[in-house]
Amino acid sequence: MDATPAIELRGLARRYGERWALDDVTVDVPAGATLVVFGPNGAGKSTLLRVLATLLRPHAGEARVLGSPLPDRAWDVRGRVGLLAHEALLYRDLSARENLRFHARLHRVAQARVEELLERLRLGGRADDPVRTLSKGLLQRVAVCRAVLHDPPLLLLDEPRANLDPAAAALIEPLIGRASGRTRVVTSHDPAGGLAEADYALGLRDGRVALSAPAERIEHAAIEELYR
Amino acid sequence: MRPSMALLRKDLLLERRAPEAIPAMLLFSVTTFVLFHFGLGRDTLSGQLAAGVLTVTLLFAAILGINRLFVSEQEEGGFDGVMLAPIDRTALFLAKAAALFLFLALVEVVTVAAFALLLLGPSPWPALPGLILILALLDGALALVGTLVSALAIRTRARDLIVPIVALPLLVPALIAAARGAAPLLAASGAGSIPTKWLAILALYDLVFGLLAYAVFDFLLED
Repeated sequence: MDATPAIELRGLARRYGERWALDDVTVDVPAGATLVVFGPNGAGKSTLLRVLATLLRPHAGEARVLGSPLPDRAWDVRGRVGLLAHEALLYRDLSARENLRFHARLHRVAQARVEELLERLRLGGRADDPVRTLSKGLLQRVAVCRAVLHDPPLLLLDEPRANLDPAAAALIEPLIGRASGRTRVVTSHDPAGGLAEADYALGLRDGRVALSAPAERIEHAAIEELYR
Repeated sequence: MRPSMALLRKDLLLERRAPEAIPAMLLFSVTTFVLFHFGLGRDTLSGQLAAGVLTVTLLFAAILGINRLFVSEQEEGGFDGVMLAPIDRTALFLAKAAALFLFLALVEVVTVAAFALLLLGPSPWPALPGLILILALLDGALALVGTLVSALAIRTRARDLIVPIVALPLLVPALIAAARGAAPLLAASGAGSIPTKWLAILALYDLVFGLLAYAVFDFLLED
């Protein structure tokens, strides 16, 4: 793990209309580390990921991602993050292969990488079916392929194992797990599982930081308290 | 150009796989000609009236296509995927405008034939080269303005209302130029020459909106 921060947030805030979805969020994530974000529905976890991905502009505070301040140098960040969101960010009427080839062209990645990922996630048999016909688990696997296609140094993962059976979760582990060696921001509702893979934990409630500390200093009970 | 081509290819593939815009525009155009046929109570049209009916019908049909232009991105979540790619957002504009231009051109192949069969008095053949030139310039205007307005509308809840309300007034100059330019071509006395003044106005309109779109498209996509 490199001590240089891959993510530096200082008093970050973001609102939707009059409602503050994130308010005064401060956190540092060293390169190669994993930050797990806990919080009940509507706490601001997904908004935080979208700000880090440059899809939403911060409305106050400072955000620096991979050394580039947002939103001024969002351009430098795009292409270096992989986002696995609640939506698969895929075109439903295109096949997995067509979707991945399309993204490979946008990211200037060799088409061979598409075949490699389809093979690794055992999607070969369904790679030419429209993604609208895939089960949620298979769709999530294709979304993982899309997120890591361009080998990004920063992964933003919104409940990445949702809809996956244990075998599928094991399949994606080398790509998006700790072993991938990437800096990761992961949202989770699972105190035990989340803390097990975290270097740092952040707890959000109503958009504000309710908990922020290295993972080894946090008790499960403190995470569970966020949801009460 | 490579990202633009990838985006354009994807849009054409999606329209081929699940046709939406082209069938809707086609059906609308042909139905409108039938309505004009009965509404005007005339078997044949020529001159300014014919040019007006043709261009206004194409304009309204284009609104259907403009409304659908960014829908696949929004409904299927693909928009965020594209926004995360390290590409100039102008590439997205170019691809969407090119897709709309191609859709309109395809629709016009059938629509102009239907117009000639259902409503047009004089033979369409002598007018065809000039008409193709005028419609190509009109399609350019519709594609440029349509893409801009569609990008503006896609993030609003009232998308279906915003597109006609914003696009139609902006397209009035292009419509006037296209209709006036096409009128002599469709004259009852036989196809005359195209008034170069109206062609120049259409070309200038395309140039101005092309530059304007280039300048502002990035800002329209900001959240």
